Amino acid sequence: MIAQPVSTFTGPEIDWYALSPLLVLVAAAVALLVAGALTPPWPKGGYAIVTVGAATASAVLAIIQWQNISDDGPSTLVAGAVSFDLSAMFFTITICVAVALVALLTDDFLRRQALDGPEFYALYLVAAAGGIVMASANDLIVLFLGVETLSLALYVLAAADRRRSKSQESGLKYFVLGSFSSAFLLYGIALVYGATGSTNITRVVVYLQESVPLERFDALLLTGVALMMVGLAFKIAAAPFHVWTPDVYEGAPSPVSAFMASAGKVAAFGALVRVLIVALPFYREDWQPVVWVLALVSLVVGSVLAVVQTNVKRLLAYSSINHVGFVLVGIESAAHRAGAVDSGPGVPSVGVYLLAYTVMVIGSFGVVAIASRSGDDATSLDSFRGFATRRPVLAVAFTVFLLAQAGVPFTSGFIAKFGVVQAAVEERSYAIALIAMLTSVVAAFLYLRIIVTMWMSEPDDASVELAGAGTSNSWTGTLSIGLAAGFTVAVGIVPGWLLDAADDLTQFAR
Amino acid sequence: MTDVVWLIPAFPLFGFVLILLFGRRLGEPLVGYFATAMMVASFVVSVGAFFDLLAMPEEERANIETLFSWVPVSSLQVDLALLADPLSITMCLFVTGVGALIHLYAIGYMHGDAKFSKFFLYLNLFALSMLLLVLGENLLVTFLGWEGVGTCSYLLIAFWHTRESAATAGKKAFITNRVGDWGFMLAMFLAFSAIGSVSYGALNEAAEAGELATSTATGIAALLFVGAIGKSAQLPLYVWLPDAMEGPTPVSALIHAATMVTAGVFLLTRINPLIEVSADWVPTLIAWVGVITAFFAASVAVAQNDIKRVLAYSTVSQLGYMFLAVGTGAYVAAIFHMVTHAFFKALLFLGSGSVIHGMHDEQDMRRMGLLRKLMPVTAITFIVGWLAIAGVPPFAGFWSKDEILLFALARSPALYVVGLVTALLTAYYMTRQVVMVFFGEARWESHAEEHGARGDFRPHESPALMLLPLVVLAGASIVGGGIQLPFSDATHRLEQWLHPVVEFGEAEIEGTWANDNKYLLLVLAAVVTLVGIAVAWMVYQRRRLPVVEPAVLEQAWYYDRAITDAVGGPGRQAFEATSWFDRNVVDGGVNGVAWSLRNAAQELRKPQNGYVRASAGIIGMGAVGLLVWFVVVRGIL
Repeated sequence: MIAQPVSTFTGPEIDWYALSPLLVLVAAAVALLVAGALTPPWPKGGYAIVTVGAATASAVLAIIQWQNISDDGPSTLVAGAVSFDLSAMFFTITICVAVALVALLTDDFLRRQALDGPEFYALYLVAAAGGIVMASANDLIVLFLGVETLSLALYVLAAADRRRSKSQESGLKYFVLGSFSSAFLLYGIALVYGATGSTNITRVVVYLQESVPLERFDALLLTGVALMMVGLAFKIAAAPFHVWTPDVYEGAPSPVSAFMASAGKVAAFGALVRVLIVALPFYREDWQPVVWVLALVSLVVGSVLAVVQTNVKRLLAYSSINHVGFVLVGIESAAHRAGAVDSGPGVPSVGVYLLAYTVMVIGSFGVVAIASRSGDDATSLDSFRGFATRRPVLAVAFTVFLLAQAGVPFTSGFIAKFGVVQAAVEERSYAIALIAMLTSVVAAFLYLRIIVTMWMSEPDDASVELAGAGTSNSWTGTLSIGLAAGFTVAVGIVPGWLLDAADDLTQFAR
Repeated sequence: MTDVVWLIPAFPLFGFVLILLFGRRLGEPLVGYFATAMMVASFVVSVGAFFDLLAMPEEERANIETLFSWVPVSSLQVDLALLADPLSITMCLFVTGVGALIHLYAIGYMHGDAKFSKFFLYLNLFALSMLLLVLGENLLVTFLGWEGVGTCSYLLIAFWHTRESAATAGKKAFITNRVGDWGFMLAMFLAFSAIGSVSYGALNEAAEAGELATSTATGIAALLFVGAIGKSAQLPLYVWLPDAMEGPTPVSALIHAATMVTAGVFLLTRINPLIEVSADWVPTLIAWVGVITAFFAASVAVAQNDIKRVLAYSTVSQLGYMFLAVGTGAYVAAIFHMVTHAFFKALLFLGSGSVIHGMHDEQDMRRMGLLRKLMPVTAITFIVGWLAIAGVPPFAGFWSKDEILLFALARSPALYVVGLVTALLTAYYMTRQVVMVFFGEARWESHAEEHGARGDFRPHESPALMLLPLVVLAGASIVGGGIQLPFSDATHRLEQWLHPVVEFGEAEIEGTWANDNKYLLLVLAAVVTLVGIAVAWMVYQRRRLPVVEPAVLEQAWYYDRAITDAVGGPGRQAFEATSWFDRNVVDGGVNGVAWSLRNAAQELRKPQNGYVRASAGIIGMGAVGLLVWFVVVRGIL
């Protein structure tokens, strides 16, 4: 018997209620996996309904927390590891929206491919939990945990279509390049820890507040910032760290591409806001030009390279890079007032953009998923010839999403683009605002190209032949695309409530 | 009822929407009655508003109803506001009154037409636009109506668009009107830049208070006159109106005689303080354009053989009289003539429609004759219209035309002489028309085969539905002059009614030679009219005098031909050149940018060949770039 006095370990105080949006998702994932493994296949749509229910519950809880935070002000949870502020809740809600819409699409997709099973949904839920952790992390290690939780789920999802070798290839590519970039991120975090003595963002800020006036140049810290930015730029797919996107989006199952393009990017942008705006306001003169250049390159590469694509999924991948450029314009304008009590219009414009973009990109990939038929490979631009005569309603919905992505008025895309450009102009970043608008003209060409192909081109023989086979879709797909189109138009016409809500995204927990 | 003045345009709007939604289901003739009912309802509200205004003290007779803020853009604040004052209510009264009668008539006239409900859809839309035009409190609302009536005019002229000539005439009207609209728009911009408002109240007050520079007032007035020339078919932009007769006859009566074409006169009356303070050449120009147009069109009408074309040129001529009145400061006379003209010209057009209907779509007067025997009601009402337009006392046209000539003489004898000669011509060509259609010998029998009637073709009287409006309008044409008689101040009823609106701009003729001898002028005008009638009677009925119809008049002085040649020749070359420039330089530039983008993209995508090592390489290079920036540029340097 060894009886030694042991200092009792006291865990941090945990506010379970405040963490409930996250916990609901994790619990649902575990429940789905366990129950799904132990029971015979569920009736059609069963897994999707549970997933949608969990995402909805999580979003509702986040909205309730939103009210609490509005009343009591931002704070941190779990011994300062997770921040509990409006920004975290906004990103949580956006990710939940993505999960719900994608789960409905996936149900439709899996029925067509005869691949039904709970794994997709559990992975979505886990990925979403990881994404929420990224967007609300107040500690760099927690942030990295979130990144890995999200990424691992996405690697598997990308390769989830077991019968298509392209899906396997996509998963493998994403895994190799993803871990490559994760290494950058982790190394960056380690260097920042070395320079500041903590990974906690609150303490990093406090340390820098004291040290920056004394010692401006700190090679350790600057290298760390550079490496962290490489890692995060890879996750948001900002050019030139975008190279994986076209291949992975093209190869992954269409609903998974939708999820990666929406929830994955939202989470990564949430993390980027945490790292740059919240943790490193004192180094903003160093990183702001980098954001400027990333925005510029993303805008140009995203729009120009899309012009020569002949595959709709690749086209959408490049267009998502162009969108990333737009969001970076918002981050760039937020940088002007990083660290101030009121951080200005930048972060709210980023929030609105991400929510609007999430919905319309899921809608777009959703239509592609249905159009690509049971093999999930009829995604060339030519296979969309005469799509409007085959599926007029779907073609109208796709047109709405594409016009929204082009930023046509009376769609959410216009409100979103207007918001970031307005923020940039307000902070006098005229040059990047101008470039953003110019590239959106080039990008409009590629959206119009799809629209013209759908409505004005006669179908060729091959697509006529394929027209009948495997293009039917179930109510879940219809519902998902209908909701997305409705939201896109509704926000375009009545944007006030969303803009008002996003206006509060100016205070962060530290 | 001035506070519910919005109801006046609301009824036709309601009619338009309902017919748009359920027109086909309602079907003939229900749609027609419904549309007519909407016009009658508008008329009732107008009458109510009229009595309301009458009961008010004179200086309070202007009620502005702001429906909502229409264009709130920083300093440009434009409300959708309606102005109920004596001028606008006068316009509303005859637009809705005559409009309702013509709607009723059209039920009979359009019987059996495949697009019956669409016709009434357009008519209600037209009424809505016209009422907005006259009720608007600012230039922009008026412009909304202005463009609306233009669109409806286009749609209705080209109503039978499968006929090549109808489609062409519609396009011609639309394009010619654009020239005038250009003037209207520039006037709006000028008004806004000068006083920061396009409201009539602000403009007229600024003019009356002398706050408006003469040059500004001149500019606005002259540009609005350009707009008025286009809409009211004056020289040099009249060419579209004769061609507009391709439309169904009720349209000619409503739009191209009674209401829309008077919009220009209305607009100039509305801004009479502006004309008053602008440079002298503006009213002089208006008067001369008016009187020359009046003479020109009357001379052309002498040699036309199409029953509707005579009336079309006659309309241009009568509008010229109204512009003459505006130019000589006789705004009351202009409105007076506008009202009486609405009565008798609508009557004449509807009468001609009745004739065309009875003649099975024959419009050439040379194939008519002696129709009074077969179409007694049409003949009698048409004769009333004839006497009214010719200016035989005591019919309506006599009084209004005389009033205009009185003011013309007070301004300049030259204007008076041309005006009087025009009156002679008017009496002449109208007598010619009446004789050719209703008197002389019956010439229609020789053309019976063309109608497929094989010998037993007989023109017939129109149904009662079409005759009722004729009778009502004939009554109005007889007594219409009673609203403004020259005998004493008490009989100047229209002048008293319009006084608050035209107070500032109305010319003062008290003490001039013309005014002192106005009874002499009355007699002279009556004599001239009778001479015109007598001469025409001798020529066409008695055949005592030779027929004089020179080709130059029949071809309208070759004016239309010259324009067609200019636009078709050098004009067309210029359009081709513009089109070439657009195709090669503008499009070429755009396509060039697109082409270079595409090439650039082809180059850019080369490194992205899909191999993981290439991707990793690009990411690695990016990482190096970032490190160099942070460590070397920001750190060490």
